[in-house]
Amino acid sequence: METGLAILIGLFFTVAVYLLLSKSIVRILLGIAILGNAVNMLIFTAGRLTREVPPVIPNDLYVPAEATANPLPQALVLTAIVISFSFFAFLLVLAFRAYQETGTDDVNEMRIAEPKDDPAPPQGY
Amino acid sequence: MTPVAIDSNTLITILAVLAPFFAAAVAPFLTRLMGHNAAWPLAIVPAGIFMHFAGYVPAVAEAQTFVAIRDWAPAYGINLSFYIDGLSTLFALLISGIGTFIILYAGGYMKGHAQQGRFFSFLFLFMGAMLGLVLGNNLITLFVFWELTSITSFLLIGFNHLKERSRRAAVQALVVTGGGGLLLLAGFILIITATGQIEMSALLRDPDVLKDHALYVPIFILILGGAFTKSAQFPFHFWLPNAMEAPTPVSAFLHSATMVKAGVYLLMRMHPLLGGTELWTTVLPLFGGITLLVGTILAVRQTDLKLMLAYTTVASLGLLVMLTGVSSERALEGAVLYLFAHSLFKGALFMVAGTIDHEAGTRDVTKLGGLRKAMPVTFAAACLAALSMSGLPPFIGFIAKEVLYYGTWGAPAAAMALTVTAVVGNALMLVIAAAVALKPFLGEKVKTPKEAHEGPLLLFSGPVVLSVAGLVAALATTATGFYLIGPMLSSLVGEPQEVKLVLIPPYINAPLILSVITIALGVALYTQLDRLRALIKGVLDAIGWGPDKGFDQVIAGLVTLSGAFTRLVQGGKMQTYMLATFVVIAASVLVPGYLGGGWPAMPDFPEYRFYEWSVFLIAVIGLIAVLIAKSRLTAIVSLGIQGFAVALIFMMFAAPDLAFTQLMVETLSVVILALVMTRLNLQPRDRRPWGAALATGVVSIGVGAGLALTLIAITQQPFDLRLSEFFTEYSYSLAFGRNIVNVILVDFRGIDTLGEIAVVCLTGLCVLALIRVRTRPDKEEEPEAGADTPAKKAEAR
Amino acid sequence: MRTIIFRTIAPYLAALMVLFSIFVLLRGHNEPGGGFIGGLIAASSLAIYGIACGVASVRRAIVFHPMAISGFGLFMGAAAGLLGLFYKQPFMTSQWWPIYLFGVEIKLSTPLIFDIGVYLVVVGAIGSIALALEERESD
Repeated sequence: METGLAILIGLFFTVAVYLLLSKSIVRILLGIAILGNAVNMLIFTAGRLTREVPPVIPNDLYVPAEATANPLPQALVLTAIVISFSFFAFLLVLAFRAYQETGTDDVNEMRIAEPKDDPAPPQGY
Repeated sequence: MTPVAIDSNTLITILAVLAPFFAAAVAPFLTRLMGHNAAWPLAIVPAGIFMHFAGYVPAVAEAQTFVAIRDWAPAYGINLSFYIDGLSTLFALLISGIGTFIILYAGGYMKGHAQQGRFFSFLFLFMGAMLGLVLGNNLITLFVFWELTSITSFLLIGFNHLKERSRRAAVQALVVTGGGGLLLLAGFILIITATGQIEMSALLRDPDVLKDHALYVPIFILILGGAFTKSAQFPFHFWLPNAMEAPTPVSAFLHSATMVKAGVYLLMRMHPLLGGTELWTTVLPLFGGITLLVGTILAVRQTDLKLMLAYTTVASLGLLVMLTGVSSERALEGAVLYLFAHSLFKGALFMVAGTIDHEAGTRDVTKLGGLRKAMPVTFAAACLAALSMSGLPPFIGFIAKEVLYYGTWGAPAAAMALTVTAVVGNALMLVIAAAVALKPFLGEKVKTPKEAHEGPLLLFSGPVVLSVAGLVAALATTATGFYLIGPMLSSLVGEPQEVKLVLIPPYINAPLILSVITIALGVALYTQLDRLRALIKGVLDAIGWGPDKGFDQVIAGLVTLSGAFTRLVQGGKMQTYMLATFVVIAASVLVPGYLGGGWPAMPDFPEYRFYEWSVFLIAVIGLIAVLIAKSRLTAIVSLGIQGFAVALIFMMFAAPDLAFTQLMVETLSVVILALVMTRLNLQPRDRRPWGAALATGVVSIGVGAGLALTLIAITQQPFDLRLSEFFTEYSYSLAFGRNIVNVILVDFRGIDTLGEIAVVCLTGLCVLALIRVRTRPDKEEEPEAGADTPAKKAEAR
Repeated sequence: MRTIIFRTIAPYLAALMVLFSIFVLLRGHNEPGGGFIGGLIAASSLAIYGIACGVASVRRAIVFHPMAISGFGLFMGAAAGLLGLFYKQPFMTSQWWPIYLFGVEIKLSTPLIFDIGVYLVVVGAIGSIALALEERESD
């Protein structure tokens, strides 16, 4: 059952990486958003899929009556979703600020940290 | 060998080794309080250490050895363990004994210096490192202290850090000795692998195991690399004279008994393990002999007192290595004696040179003369030390020279060549000794930059005590031989040795004749000193290149190379970095599968329900739409579509919590994206040339396909459900919660969640900060706008 | 975006969403829900309110700065872990104090306090981001 979803996740990764390799910062951001989803689903799927039985214990029992979905990857992914979202927001603002400072959305033109005509390292002691 | 006893004073021994580090912490405060007189209380520390180790002398003389062990990193077999035998005791005594007087001397020499406290501190750090080195029993501990000496000597040599020459000398010493230290570490690790032993005492119990081992040659080369760089053997000798840029107390300490002797110590310590082989007796005497000759010849060329002494130190180290290399018992005895003698007279002479410099304002021997009346005590000390250095009776230097001639004369191989080298070297050393001790004091009074007069007690106590010690040790021949030289020789040979020293040779033998030849040759050369100096200078100028210049060229080449390399790999193109990263990721998931046959089995055609297929289809449509989006609105909406599809997938596969969360997150993402994107005047359209699009496309498909295949392979493996079963089973019975996911988050793995919400909180702060950074200047501008002139505004910015 | 209908509905919608978020938070231990989801719902309600009526009125409505709320949530989370200290138990050991009110059992517990902390952190941080970005929109 996991195979089909695995292929879909592969497609998610492909699109994310292709967008990340763009030089336009907006598309890099889109890529990051998709990459987050891809990774979350990767972890989710690696913990095996189960249909229709959520990891919740019925009201009158101490343990679930039937085999439920694996709760552990769900717990991992739940926090991962929130964190990847907050980081996405951070990167979004970062990119926006970078655009304002440098006036370009081309990452190759943003050269404040690594200026083009960087002088040679100093010789001597 | 007698069995190793556990040191009954383990704690005190370890405290003694660590005491200098505590003193280093206290020294600056004490100096601030008492000024240069802080030297007096501070000198108590090394004196106390001296007393402690002196207490071991009688036991050690009876061939007993001790170890003091405290756990450090026991999981790796690394202990703070110290080994006390003849070799380490004598070294510890020299370090702490000479150290006591160095501290006093530093008090006088650096009097009034703004950073005197720091200077004391560095000296103590070095002293502690050196003590740990010579006493270190655990190989890794020994290495740590070894590198600590390199680092602390860097601090000491570069003490006058405002002078470029000092900085260069410090860097040079650190590069050469630190680099050698890395070789040493490799050598130690090989020894540990070869023998399975990490403690020196354990290795020495079975000393022959390494000599026939397959790893002997690499171990030998690596250990030699460490020892030769530290002890300034040719062709690594150049750092030592350059290190004379340091204040004189440093030179007197580092280059007499400590730092540079560490390499010799190591060779001596390793002698039972590695020594005596053909390789050993060939390589060591060869390099030692060359170093001896090069050192003395270069010393003659100098006119600076300290540089002259520095080059003779190089020569003496060469002599010691040569003798250790000869490996016969007599030669080793000569090495031990000469090491002892050298530590005393060289320490004293360096301090004399410093005192002259301090009092007269120059240490150029051609500008000095007639100081004997002004500085009688220093003159006397200089004479005593120089006589010992020249190898004249009745000084310890004489006995050492007799024994070492005996050793070279009776060497198993190349006795003639070794003897001639030793005679020439010793004769030139006599020349230098005479030049240092006599030239500045005798003859016409020369006008010096400062009106010279006798230094204070702090300055002359060291030279006097050390030079007198050289005399006393020679007069008390029996005691010196029994308590100091004999035990140390035993450590070198590996079995108890008895040493009977004689001050007056009972009959005329070869060494005595050689001594006479040495003295005659030395005196003859001394009379021709100026001509000799001019001659050597001419030859050296003709060559015009030396390892010192080579060092500069190597460093310059390295800087250029690393600059070019940095520019190559960090070209400043984001796409290059990203591409490299993803190529590596693709390779790391694809290549092992290709090589190791880890591909998953061909899966069955997946059985999904109709609605599941349609959700997948929605996701694919969303993805493709993001990829080809021509406007930002399309891009945002398509991103939302794939996000909601993901939420539906979570829903279908029994993860309602995830589905809700994903749904909310996607909603907020779209809102936030829309808020930001409307402010950006950007075309999200991708314009890549066809070639680039193809290349990046291949890489992305590689990553995607690789990860998909990996995931399929993972899901085909048997699954370990134990953790999930635990959580499911105890979710209600232990944690009273029916929603297992939530129970894991807030109860079972609560600390993880605590960390995660801390991250969320922090990103919130970061976003706020990022936005504030821009808005603040605008707000500040507003109130100013009306009142201030534009010029003032520009100034304010 | 600020149509009159939206502006009229928004406060009620936001209030309803906050109420719902608290419901989701509290039932989280036994049914799908919990601090993260509840927090996100509440944060969205702040975002909607902000879009409709302006950020200033949101800031007035929630009284405290959103990051202060977030920080307080983090403090609550950490403090909930420390309560076990009074029973000489390790950090994060859960404590339960069931209370009977009108014949209904209400389970007060450190996981509940912790979950409320999570809720506040998420509301605060995400709400702060959303409001900050909306503020840019308006100026």
